[in-house]
Amino acid sequence: MTIGLEEFLIVGSLLFCMGLLIALSKRNAIGVLIGVEVMLNAVNLTLLSFARFTESAQPIAGHTFVVFVITVAAAEVAVALALAILIYRNRETVDVDQFTLLRS
Amino acid sequence: MNALDVVGPQLIILIAAGLILLTEGIFGRYRRILPYIALAGLVASAAWTTSWVIRDDYQTIFDGTFSLDQYAVFFYYVFAGVTALVVLASVDWVDRVGRRQAEYYALVLTATAGLMFLAGARDLITIFIALELSSIPQYILAGWQKDRRSSEAGLKYLLLGAISSAVLLYGMALIYGFTGTTILPEIGRVIAAEGEENRALLIVAVTMLIAGFGFKMAVVPFQMWVPDVYQGAPTPVTAFLSVGSKAAAFAVVIRVFFEGLGADFISSDWANIFAVLAAVTMTVGNVMAIVQSDIKRMLGYSSVAQAGTFLIGLAAVSATGDGFTLGASAVLLFVAAYAFTNLGAFVAVIAISQRIGSDQIADYSGMWKRAPLLAAALAFCLISLTGIPPTAGFWAKLYIFNAGIHADLAWLVIIAVLNTVVSGYYYLGVVRQMFLGDTQERPFRVSPTIGVSLAVTTAGVLVFGILPAPLIDAAQEAVQIFAGQ
Repeated sequence: MTIGLEEFLIVGSLLFCMGLLIALSKRNAIGVLIGVEVMLNAVNLTLLSFARFTESAQPIAGHTFVVFVITVAAAEVAVALALAILIYRNRETVDVDQFTLLRS
Repeated sequence: MNALDVVGPQLIILIAAGLILLTEGIFGRYRRILPYIALAGLVASAAWTTSWVIRDDYQTIFDGTFSLDQYAVFFYYVFAGVTALVVLASVDWVDRVGRRQAEYYALVLTATAGLMFLAGARDLITIFIALELSSIPQYILAGWQKDRRSSEAGLKYLLLGAISSAVLLYGMALIYGFTGTTILPEIGRVIAAEGEENRALLIVAVTMLIAGFGFKMAVVPFQMWVPDVYQGAPTPVTAFLSVGSKAAAFAVVIRVFFEGLGADFISSDWANIFAVLAAVTMTVGNVMAIVQSDIKRMLGYSSVAQAGTFLIGLAAVSATGDGFTLGASAVLLFVAAYAFTNLGAFVAVIAISQRIGSDQIADYSGMWKRAPLLAAALAFCLISLTGIPPTAGFWAKLYIFNAGIHADLAWLVIIAVLNTVVSGYYYLGVVRQMFLGDTQERPFRVSPTIGVSLAVTTAGVLVFGILPAPLIDAAQEAVQIFAGQ
């Protein structure tokens, strides 16, 4: 059996759902970030497999997209870690359940 | 060179941001001029935009991924104006915080450049990058004050924002996989030609796009972050988020859905989704706003409710006027009116919270006796948010309801009118508190920069409330690029 587009897309969607599950269920802010990274990599896998396996007018667009997703994700994580450190200094925890200062 | 000319309005703002950082680094003593460099950059950017309007030579650059057209120009003006007013309103507050002034203005300008790129982006990759260019500075700005509340707001905003952009990206990946291109008009062409049999797949992709953009638009059920971030972030930043970020989200949603997903069979599907979201968003936003005691939280929920009203325009995609789409032009008119009005309200809140050190609505009691002009301006903006004449908000609501009626969405318009009545309860509750409440506190004056900012916004609300025609014309002309799609 040859591995084609379908298999890659299935793996991609499973990864995406796992990432979403992690991001929504983790209580630690770093854990949420890891979930987001998994989701972004699922997106990258999906984009690359589409670019590789389909008759596309613009196959390069998929590859370009992936490079930008990786770059922007790195920038986002840098800011996220800075904010997480800031919060840790303020209250010695990065547990999102403890972020209850802002409530009505 | 030509491409640089086309993105000139954005470049000049980024240059101003760089200049601000350099000035702080080299001439630290002249810190007072930083906001004025920002203002000069914004004015120069608006002038450059005007030069394109005069040249009337609208074009698409970078292989069709970015376009300068009437639609983008409309938003360029809105963003430059909004940022200028926010900068003016933050001078006092930034002075008081003291440190990291250059970074504050540089980040606000960078976010503005991102919003402007978003208005002109015509390609999924460009949209994603522009979205992040505007979002990442806003995450930092929300955590600007570094205290417990502000940092909590920043991290909450970032985590939820990151999840939503991952969902958005997955939707974009599906669209790319289906059409083989990332350029919106091409996507539109492919979907119109061969999309009908793959409608189910497209609906999955559309749903993910709506979820991703819905976060930025602050639409129910993606609104959880709004009250927390609005309350925790520094008030000038909240003003920027509530107006700039939301306007840009609607700008890009209109372009993606009208240009990329405008084919009849799919547009009726997403119009239905938007109609249901509009009804739910208005109702949830208004009901939650009633019970708030903090004015920033109340304005947060009210902005959720306003987002629901915006969505009526998107749901009314089938309503067409004379060569333009009635629904889209209604959204643009609403964006401009809402920008002035909400900004005015937030500027007044900034001024008041600086003097009395509280955001509790109960503390606004008797504000009329302490700062008559300020109270009058805030009251006027709240009246405009409710949608009572003679204000810009009235015409915007009327126009968007008209679009809804033309699209046979009478049920939605009835819900919207009922919601307007509900919203009057809490908006006018603040007005009543200010004018009829009693106080023993001393009167106070506001600083000149905040005064200017407040005067401009209030004058805008009043002028467009009395003479709405120029704004309506501009909105109708801007959406003509979507005609016949």
